[in-house]
Amino acid sequence: MKALETKSLTKHFGGLAVLQDISMTVEVGERRAIIGPNGAGKTTFFNTISGVIKPNAGEIFVFGDKVTQLPPFRRARLGLARTFQQNNLFVNLSLLDNINLAMPPNQAKMTPRDFLDNWGWWDKSTIPVKEFSYGEQRQVELLLALAQSPRLLLLDEPTAGMSSVETNKITTMIRNLSREITVLIIEHDMDVVFDFADRITVLNYGRVLFEGAKDEVRSDERVKEVYLGSVD
Amino acid sequence: MHRMLTKYPIWGGLLLLALFILPLLLSPYGLSLLTQVLIFGLFAMSLDLLMGYTGLVSFNHATYFGVGAYTVAILAGLGLNNFWLSLVLGISIPVLLALLLGLLVLRSSGPYFLMITLAFGQMIFALAWRWRTITGGDDGLAGIPRPDLGLPMSMWKAQNFYYLVLVFFAFACLILWKFIHSRLGKAIVGVRESETRMQALGHNTWGLKYLSYIVAGGFAGLAGVFYVYFNGFISPQELNWTMSGQVILMVIIGGAGTLFGPVVGAGMIIILQNLISSHTERWPISMGIIFILCVMYLRDGVVGSALKLRKKGRGNL
Amino acid sequence: MELSEIVIQTLNGISYGLLLFLLAAGLSLIFGLMGIINLAHGSYYTLGAYVGLVIIQMTGNFFVGLMGAAVVLALLGIVMERFFFRKLYKRELDQVLLTFGFAYLFMDINKWIWGGVPRSLPKPTFLEGSISILGEAFPIYRFGIIVIGLGIAVLLWLFLEKTRTGVIIRAGVDDKEMVSGLGINIKLYFSGIFALGAFLAAIGGVIGGPIIGAYPGLDFEILVLALAVVVVGGLGTLKGAFWGSLLIGFAETFGKAIFPDFAMFTIYVTMALILIFKPSGLLGKEES
Repeated sequence: MKALETKSLTKHFGGLAVLQDISMTVEVGERRAIIGPNGAGKTTFFNTISGVIKPNAGEIFVFGDKVTQLPPFRRARLGLARTFQQNNLFVNLSLLDNINLAMPPNQAKMTPRDFLDNWGWWDKSTIPVKEFSYGEQRQVELLLALAQSPRLLLLDEPTAGMSSVETNKITTMIRNLSREITVLIIEHDMDVVFDFADRITVLNYGRVLFEGAKDEVRSDERVKEVYLGSVD
Repeated sequence: MHRMLTKYPIWGGLLLLALFILPLLLSPYGLSLLTQVLIFGLFAMSLDLLMGYTGLVSFNHATYFGVGAYTVAILAGLGLNNFWLSLVLGISIPVLLALLLGLLVLRSSGPYFLMITLAFGQMIFALAWRWRTITGGDDGLAGIPRPDLGLPMSMWKAQNFYYLVLVFFAFACLILWKFIHSRLGKAIVGVRESETRMQALGHNTWGLKYLSYIVAGGFAGLAGVFYVYFNGFISPQELNWTMSGQVILMVIIGGAGTLFGPVVGAGMIIILQNLISSHTERWPISMGIIFILCVMYLRDGVVGSALKLRKKGRGNL
Repeated sequence: MELSEIVIQTLNGISYGLLLFLLAAGLSLIFGLMGIINLAHGSYYTLGAYVGLVIIQMTGNFFVGLMGAAVVLALLGIVMERFFFRKLYKRELDQVLLTFGFAYLFMDINKWIWGGVPRSLPKPTFLEGSISILGEAFPIYRFGIIVIGLGIAVLLWLFLEKTRTGVIIRAGVDDKEMVSGLGINIKLYFSGIFALGAFLAAIGGVIGGPIIGAYPGLDFEILVLALAVVVVGGLGTLKGAFWGSLLIGFAETFGKAIFPDFAMFTIYVTMALILIFKPSGLLGKEES
């Protein structure tokens, strides 16, 4: 069984094709990075997998279940969790209330208190999230997804807009995740990508330009041309 | 925050006690005002569930209030004066309407939601206007008697009727309070804060909004039931946008998302309305001005601002 | 229905639809640029009709009244934007609530000044009388509405497509941030779009005046029709407002002819169907 499988996924906005014929499989426990220039369709790809956007054609399977037509909340109940590129939190509610909303009642493996204790956040649990710094909110963004006890986790630029010290906090958090969790990550920071990912998929103009183990990506000429060349 | 929340019901209890004693001190005119405050306070609380907690600004909340009232009036016209029957139907018909209209209006969100609620609200208003055989058209329905509960006390006596309203008001406060602080209620607040995140966390946000919409419709219907008993008369004006606007103002002036704030808002508007109406016919102009000023300078409302100040004060200590 | 009646009702539908277009276009453009649904838009229409009536009575000239009312309302639009809406910049929901407060205010001011008796506006003399179409009488004035309505639709289209200001407005509808980033003072355009919306609504009020008149309650009757137009056509596009207006115009006139007592339900049924099958409107933009 694959953690995620897409078959010929295609999405148009008006006349513009943002995803074209994307077929991809991700093994259980794998860490997969999705990279590519701005406008390559990375976030649209995540939105399509999580169900915010319905594709025009193609199929999506999560742990063998066909989810193409399911609403986002049903996919979440199959163990799919995601973070957002721009913090998407319940800012007027306390951290504890945020976590409460993320943990399904009765079936969660631990209580919200234990969860926050584990991650070292319990002493801040009564503070409304809007009073946190941006870097803290970015961590809460990730905590919310983890509180769902996901099996498949989509991370959309988790380190976006953070200082290098804060980036380290996030990368430490995700590096230590259990291998039971399959992780897809969109990330611009190549150090994070090459440190964390097993395999890398390069998107360009809504198509898969290349896919392979990270060393293969590093040495591929086409990838260098469209992406790495401009970063290095 | 938590201390404040646990103290809030104590204040509520004290307020209820005051509401229980007040009729003994008030003039008949004062008692009549206070009865209206409870009725409109209930109406405004039901809207606050949508506006303040769910984040749905509905521009046709008067629809459910008016339909509840019309239900009782039409039953009375058929000679059916049983209070419990009128009560049950006066709540369940608005609930049925909310079940139906909710399916349509909740297909949309944001600007579309407010346009569509307004449009369908005006449809019901126009229907009441045109359907003379049932609704009496613009003449309305008059002569609705006070309810007969089969008790030895007459509801024509202002004090007795007040206490009847108070009992239901207190009961409604309790249910709404419990609802908002239940797991479902917290999820509804989550929808207000971020619907997309709630979906990503596995919550059926459409279902949560639908539930909130129906509950709010039911309580608005309950307020309508007591309104028509109090007034003895109902006309299409009670279904019009002006009534929806009035209750929106009550929520804003009291403070959206504070549940009891809108009751304070209802009190302020009813008292102002009576004061101003005794001097001039131009109450709607005054209301328009108050509306504009509140939106611009008092967006948290009286109670909302007070809660904010208290919190700030505590933070500085 | 006989052929002659169908032709007459079709013409009625077009003239009524074009009247609605004058409201819906402003409503839709204000929304497109500012993200506000202006619930005082029906008040602009009604106020325009009353002001037009006063000026026509003073000058005896319909077209002076038409332009006078349009200019007065445009100024009112600017004042409202400049002194009220700008203070709530980027707080769209509060701005909508503000328009609701203004609707209240205008409703009572109208009643105060002009009372509860329905008023009718005179037609310009050269458009009086009627002509015969397939044996049925059809008022010439309605042709006048069609001509003026189409004329304004074309001018508006030219303005948005061919002028620099129009290009900026369309760009602003697509992406406000980008337009501000180009160093364009977007707030100036907010005032302008409010003025344009009020201007068009007032023209609607005056040219609709000889048929519909002006009376208490008209503000929300006409607002709801305009809302129906943008729900059906889709928000933020002139094209959507145009075709939506014609569709609602037809639904209203044919509805009235077929079910005289419950004409408005044809409109609500149309709206409900659109909501069920295409919630963003027939020509509305798909959200990305």
